[in-house]
Amino acid sequence: MKVLVAVKRVVDYNVKVRVKSDNSGVDIANVKMSMNPFDEIAVEEAVRLKEKGVVTEVIAVSCGVAQCQETLRTAMAIGADRGILVETAEELQPLAVAKLLKALVDKEQPGLVILGKQAIDDDCNQTGQMLAALADMPQATFASKVEVAGDKASVTREVDGGLETIAISMPAVITTDLRLNEPRYVTLPNIMKAKKKQLDTFKPEDLGVNVAPRIKTLKVVEPAKRSAGIKVPDVATLVDKLKNVAKVI
Amino acid sequence: MTSLVIAEHDNASIKGATLNTVTAAAAIGADVHVLVAGHNAGAAAAAAAQIAGVSKVIHADGATLEAGLAENVAAQVLALISNSAGNYTHILFPATAAGKNVAPRVAAKLDVGQISDITKVDSPDTFERPIYAGNAIATVQSSDAVKVITVRTTGFDAAASTGGSAAVETTAAATDSGKSSFVGREVTKSDRPELTAAKIIVSGGRALGSSEKFDEVMTPLADKLGAAIGASRAAVDAGYAANDLQVGQTGKIVAPQLYVACGISGAIQHLAGMKDSKVIVAINKDPEAPIFSVADFGLEADLFVAVPELVAAL
Repeated sequence: MKVLVAVKRVVDYNVKVRVKSDNSGVDIANVKMSMNPFDEIAVEEAVRLKEKGVVTEVIAVSCGVAQCQETLRTAMAIGADRGILVETAEELQPLAVAKLLKALVDKEQPGLVILGKQAIDDDCNQTGQMLAALADMPQATFASKVEVAGDKASVTREVDGGLETIAISMPAVITTDLRLNEPRYVTLPNIMKAKKKQLDTFKPEDLGVNVAPRIKTLKVVEPAKRSAGIKVPDVATLVDKLKNVAKVI
Repeated sequence: MTSLVIAEHDNASIKGATLNTVTAAAAIGADVHVLVAGHNAGAAAAAAAQIAGVSKVIHADGATLEAGLAENVAAQVLALISNSAGNYTHILFPATAAGKNVAPRVAAKLDVGQISDITKVDSPDTFERPIYAGNAIATVQSSDAVKVITVRTTGFDAAASTGGSAAVETTAAATDSGKSSFVGREVTKSDRPELTAAKIIVSGGRALGSSEKFDEVMTPLADKLGAAIGASRAAVDAGYAANDLQVGQTGKIVAPQLYVACGISGAIQHLAGMKDSKVIVAINKDPEAPIFSVADFGLEADLFVAVPELVAAL
């Protein structure tokens, strides 16, 4: 069974982005870029399934600019066997990415597609569910545990108020939550090995997908700032402020 | 032009997030219909009919809808949209685990983009939503015929749960997709208010040091204030608190009247989940902790001393 894993190149987790002065977006020039943390968990899960002998090949896919190759090399250093880049300079929204992935699903026929539950840049939380709908596959989102047996997967999901377990028939889509696994550190020998792995490049046109954005960003602004508060010297003052100034208790 | 709100419910009652979503739908300006898709969910449908501002409730009832499986619920919503002959222009889900699970499936089947986590309605096609963990607010416009939207509940007040008198219409339940099935649920049993609905939240961070200390220090404070308990990602990752208590960009987004952060440094991802709280209190012994930059009242102190003292003083 093949597994397809989607990885997105995003502004690094630790970077605090700035809004551009013309309010057209956020400034990502000269900012550190990394693999979306949830996607790293997705790659790790796929590689662990391969190590367990459940999966025969892990294919990492990234959609976007040429530099997404670096993200794919990271995925291959974690253990993906090969990479596919769908290269375009156009702004890609979740529906377009889901369509590109659907085209690759048709091509590669994976038993599972694993994606991060959301990207930490646009915070959309859409692509996995959209792919599942387009490919007419069942979905198990926000996974914290995955067990594959035969042609079924049992997935524990993080839901409001606790955990839920569902069984899905494969082929299926899984999206990862934070506690599914802890991705391994990539080692230098594996980074070197990853450089030699196969990486194919397609254009959206090659896959017959129109990626034109559906949603237009009119402006991007800084959020309203909270006015700075005060430091209180002791617990008694804090209780007094909460009771008599803020009146919240 | 009509908006369809997909209710979040437990078959017996309507969840609070539905009320905020109804307010967002009302802000669009169209009629508001509510879909209650469940099993033996008559009570939930009746409760939905009482919500102020709702003009019609559609109740789909069947075993296929009991567990809220995304495939079946999405099929139900799509059936309603196609039967409405273009009447439904806006489909709104609360941005909860359940809403986020289903909404994109509906959008993709309709071949429309989805607008996630809106915090404001500017016009029927233009919305505001936070991006980059709330470090920027984008105003976005959709040109699609049907707008599929998830609503960040902290961005909208709750609609009154009484005062309405909508008609309840029943419709046939969607058939089972046959591709997924519900196995079980482990719901955290708690007498405390639900995290996203609580008026007061006390939240603990990595400084608590262990699961035992987390309970020992945070529980009395929560009991005293009648508060829900939250946690930072660091505390959850370290195993001090359950996964569903995580407040932040990728956990729960909360906006209570009072948020008390104990031993939480205040990473941007955590602030993204709580900075819309009305009053924020930070208790931290590190004077440089970023949490102090958003706190209304900061107490620079060792939480193991200050929190019990606070419990005693309340």
